[in-house]
Amino acid sequence: MADTDTRIQPRKSGLTLRQKRRLSRGAQYALFVAAVIAFAVTADWGRLQNQFAQPGIAQRLFPAIITVALKNTVLYTLSGFVVGLVLGMVIALMRLSSVGPYRWLAGVYIEIFRGLPALLIFIFVGTGVPLAFPSVQYPGGIYGKVAVALGLVSAAYMAETIRAGIQAVPRGQMEAARSLGFSPARAMVSIILPQAFRIILPPLTNELVLLFKDSSLVLFLGVTLEQRELSKFGNDLASTTANSTPILVAGLCYLLITIPLSLVVRRMESKAQREIR
Amino acid sequence: MTRPEIRVQDLHKSFGDNHVLRGIDLEIGQGEVVCVIGPSGSGKSTLLRCVNLLEEPTWGQVFVGGTELTDPDVDIDAVRRRIGMVFQQFNLFPHLSVTENLTLPQRRVLKRDKETAARIAAENLARVGLAEKADAYPSSLSGGQQQRVAIARALAMGPEVMLFDEPTSALDPELVGDVLAVMRMLATEGMTMMVVTHEMTFAREVADRVVFMDGGLIVEDGSPDQVIGDPQHERTRHFLSRLLDPAMAQVEEETSDQVGRGQP
Repeated sequence: MADTDTRIQPRKSGLTLRQKRRLSRGAQYALFVAAVIAFAVTADWGRLQNQFAQPGIAQRLFPAIITVALKNTVLYTLSGFVVGLVLGMVIALMRLSSVGPYRWLAGVYIEIFRGLPALLIFIFVGTGVPLAFPSVQYPGGIYGKVAVALGLVSAAYMAETIRAGIQAVPRGQMEAARSLGFSPARAMVSIILPQAFRIILPPLTNELVLLFKDSSLVLFLGVTLEQRELSKFGNDLASTTANSTPILVAGLCYLLITIPLSLVVRRMESKAQREIR
Repeated sequence: MTRPEIRVQDLHKSFGDNHVLRGIDLEIGQGEVVCVIGPSGSGKSTLLRCVNLLEEPTWGQVFVGGTELTDPDVDIDAVRRRIGMVFQQFNLFPHLSVTENLTLPQRRVLKRDKETAARIAAENLARVGLAEKADAYPSSLSGGQQQRVAIARALAMGPEVMLFDEPTSALDPELVGDVLAVMRMLATEGMTMMVVTHEMTFAREVADRVVFMDGGLIVEDGSPDQVIGDPQHERTRHFLSRLLDPAMAQVEEETSDQVGRGQP
């Protein structure tokens, strides 16, 4: 009895709870301000600008950084996304199949490709496969290789997303479709998948953002000048100019794509929230 | 009664250890309206879902229009086109407009051309009194309107039999009337109907026969006046008294060992 009393009652001496909260919050702000000041004072601004933001070097990057590097980044990413989406869809349907071996195979695929670093898969596709199967030709050359590598990586994630989307469609939808005489396959295509894709549009777009960044791994496949994408391009020019400005500009080019995409995702998510109510 | 449109023979259904249907025999004639009543967990919804094989019977046979649905070689999709089903939760397709809800199944399943499907959709929407909602989306409709669209969607397929699974149970009380009016219209037009319901007034006025189920068995089967007006079995009397005057019910020990598949 006495115990509970002392815990609930405000303490007679020292700070009240309210004062403690205010103090803690003040301390957090103070820490932030101190860190900013410390950075501003210790940083060598002239040197930083010289290393990262030389207008002359930045100017020389254009237009190639857009017409070649950004274009290739977008092409690699989109081709990988399409392959991943198609493959992911097949794997998701296998995962939900009534045939045991299909479910098992899909599960194994997902576990393997989610568990491996994307870099390893790029090396496997770029070097391992051509050495092991000399007759294998990727259609579209480097573009085909990247599409396969990125597709293999993203398919595993997308398969799980698509499966979750399909399972999020209420059971009654399949029952209604079947009772109208739809075959299971036709009900899936006409009724379930359109609803599932509405549900998973935000996570799929997120996957696209991730792929944009993973497309930088093309670096390890060995590309010609015309096939360079943003990271390789920035890296090469940073070496030739002995300056980091190209890296900064390449980074900004990524953000040019990924930030608007993230905003789109956030809008879709809040819209979906409102629709569910 | 002419030839039976629906015939159920010695039907059993178990979910694991839960023996929900324990041998049902039922015949429904052409143009007959049969209401199935009973306490929750009595198996009435399961029975209805077995009639179009949404649930696979564990044992027994189901015939609709002379075709045996429980025959493993039957083209179940083809048979289901002749059986309309209306669900408690409506189950309209939310990504399609009202008209598309009616036309898509006709086009995909019956391979009707665009114009025919649109014409039949419009006719059936008019029948349920919702012609002006043709372009609306299901989420903008009231529950009663959604259920009438669901009925129109089933009718657009030209079914010979209509199954209703507690069609008014998810509706606000003031919206029940519109749905029942549509069902009454169908009944007078001579549609063969099997209706699982708690609407005793509807059962009394519209049904040709009322079937009372409890514990996975048919306890009583007869005209509404017999089953509702003058029930012969204690269980029927008990159920009806609780349904007609819920406020008078006493707290009591569970008498039934049935664990129903609870309706949402």
